[in-house]
Amino acid sequence: MTVALFVPCYIDQFYPRVARAALTLLERLGCRVEVPLDQTCCGQPLANAGFAREARPVMAHFVRVFAPYDYIVAPSGSCVFHVRHHLEADDAEAVRHVQQRTYELCQFLREVLQVERIEARFPHRVAVHDSCHGLRGLGLGRPSERMVPAYSVVRDLLRQVDGLELVEPSRPDECCGFGGTFAVEEEAMSVRMGQDRLDDFLQAGAEVVVSTDMSCLMHLEGLARRQQLPLRFLHVAEILAGAD
Amino acid sequence: MEGFIELPVVDHARLAARFVADAERVQWHDALLWQVRLKRDRAAAEVPEWEELRRLASEIKAHVLTYLDRYLEQFEAQARACGIQVHWARDAAAHNRIVHELLATRHVRRVVKSKSMLTEECGLNPYLEARGIEVVDTDLGERIMQLLRQPPSHIVTPAIHLRREEVARLFHEKLGVPENLTPDELVAVARRVLRQKFLEAEAAITGVNFAVAETGTLVVCTNEGNADLGMHLAPVHIAAMGIEKLIPRLVDLGVFLRLLARSATGQPLTVYTTHIGRPRPGQEVHVVLVDNGRSRRLGLPRFWPALKCIRCGACMNTCPVYRRSGGYSYGATVPGPIGAILMPGYDAARYRTLPYASSLCGSCREVCPVQIDIDEQLYAWRQEVGPRYVPRLKRLAMRLAARVLASPGRYRRAGRLLRWSLRRLPRRILYGPWNGWGRARELPSAPAESFLEWYRKTRASATAQR
Ligand code: SF4
Repeated sequence: MTVALFVPCYIDQFYPRVARAALTLLERLGCRVEVPLDQTCCGQPLANAGFAREARPVMAHFVRVFAPYDYIVAPSGSCVFHVRHHLEADDAEAVRHVQQRTYELCQFLREVLQVERIEARFPHRVAVHDSCHGLRGLGLGRPSERMVPAYSVVRDLLRQVDGLELVEPSRPDECCGFGGTFAVEEEAMSVRMGQDRLDDFLQAGAEVVVSTDMSCLMHLEGLARRQQLPLRFLHVAEILAGAD
Repeated sequence: MEGFIELPVVDHARLAARFVADAERVQWHDALLWQVRLKRDRAAAEVPEWEELRRLASEIKAHVLTYLDRYLEQFEAQARACGIQVHWARDAAAHNRIVHELLATRHVRRVVKSKSMLTEECGLNPYLEARGIEVVDTDLGERIMQLLRQPPSHIVTPAIHLRREEVARLFHEKLGVPENLTPDELVAVARRVLRQKFLEAEAAITGVNFAVAETGTLVVCTNEGNADLGMHLAPVHIAAMGIEKLIPRLVDLGVFLRLLARSATGQPLTVYTTHIGRPRPGQEVHVVLVDNGRSRRLGLPRFWPALKCIRCGACMNTCPVYRRSGGYSYGATVPGPIGAILMPGYDAARYRTLPYASSLCGSCREVCPVQIDIDEQLYAWRQEVGPRYVPRLKRLAMRLAARVLASPGRYRRAGRLLRWSLRRLPRRILYGPWNGWGRARELPSAPAESFLEWYRKTRASATAQR
């Protein structure tokens, strides 16, 4: 199976290790992975700020780059959410194709590859930070507001990892407060939300916080590093690919 | 926001920053509302068909809003047949005028009023007071806010932002009772004072939670019974309702009553649910049907679903921003997530920051008993207000970013420059006052090589470029 790896711009620039982990993981699971070298950004940062119109050339470029592929996989729930729900470009046919074929990494492992067994070891106490776009936007798990049977794609995958112990914060899926430009425009609010989230993780006894979204982790890690809190932050791909 | 005409804009970010500065108070406020959210979770979990109910409620509302004209006419005919007098108000001014006229022609000087967000929206209290009519709010929370001469900070629990000691001090100052009364004693004081007002009142004003088109019935829900006391004692009852409060049939009511109380406070039902079918002998009942921008919103293809709102307040209790910024940071009659999509519909310029007062986490959408896609509407409102109101400089920055991100070459060069700067520039420049991210947070550390650079070097030869 050929898969195009979509590497969101901020992961490309700041967290290449996450993209490498996603690449390793997909290849180990038997996918032929292509990385379109002309890719840039899906346009989410601009569109969420209210500039979807300005972002149209960016989105059109995205569609051009990824339209030739059957599967497009990204290690970022929020970018995939944007692609699925807010992508706009003139070529409606191509847009629809790209929207239907773009998957968040864990969702791809679960729905398309139907992974049953992950070979990885990570003997640490881990808390999952559910990114809002992944959880409520893409349905990677049951949001706590919903009265339906509980499930969690990410936790199911992590439970296959040797030695990994899952711990849960008291508020299962509270937002970390990143929110794109919200993090700067409503800085005080964003910082406070992140702080509360960190306190909850520490209270739960977590050593490592993992997420499907590096953007949430960038914010949380930024706060934790400033205060030298004893927490590590890893993308779920890194653990599944065998990081330590 | 320099270089930019000043309008009386609600600056949510600044107001929220001020609220959040009192760390201890924020923690208290957040925890209090989170408790209400947890109560709601427990109550909703007890209903196996909860999600089915939400879907039904949403569809009933969509239906009634689609045929609103017909249902309004049906309601009017039925209500009149029952002896309820029906009035139509195009806007807030008309509503206030109608209510005042009804009171003035009957020489009413004293009115008791139960909870109604609509009369808040119309500014009825100051309007009547300026014309020499005494209006006493009888919901305890609203009474407290009235004594403070402040608007509610939450649509269901108007004084939730006040602590017990603050209420005790207020009662001491305004009602002359001893300081430091317990909550029970405070309620007893309020009850005694209000009872006198109920007995003296010559008219009662209430809101309307639901109006049934099929029967012409008005339904009012309260936990304190204050609406009932008011409208049963007074010879004149005026009910003010937004035209979107209509539901088609009496059998539909059960769907909404089961959702409303559980979503609002985690109760199975509100304590008092009163149906007003026909006036008792000697009493006049009037209903004022208020549009005030609602029919215009009904015509907005993207935003009409906000009219489904039954004002349960659940989205406020779940919203991580509202819980930590308080109701007043929205500068709006209806604060919180639903307010952030309602208010720009009235005045996009004034409320243009509200669609940004959110991390778009979507919790409001999942909690909403009538399934309003609040976060998606916030996104859509940003597309409306963003380009219209942001300062020139930011607009230029957005255009520039789009130019960079639309071209692989420019993207590569900009990325290199950015990473180089993050690695090489001295800390004192990187964390200068311009850096809103860096005041409390470290910037991510920048690697020497981007992923795509690494891939091009080590792997690209193996992969044919498409
Ligand atoms: S938008 Fe939904 S959750 Fe919020 S007050 Fe209205 S009905 Fe309740």
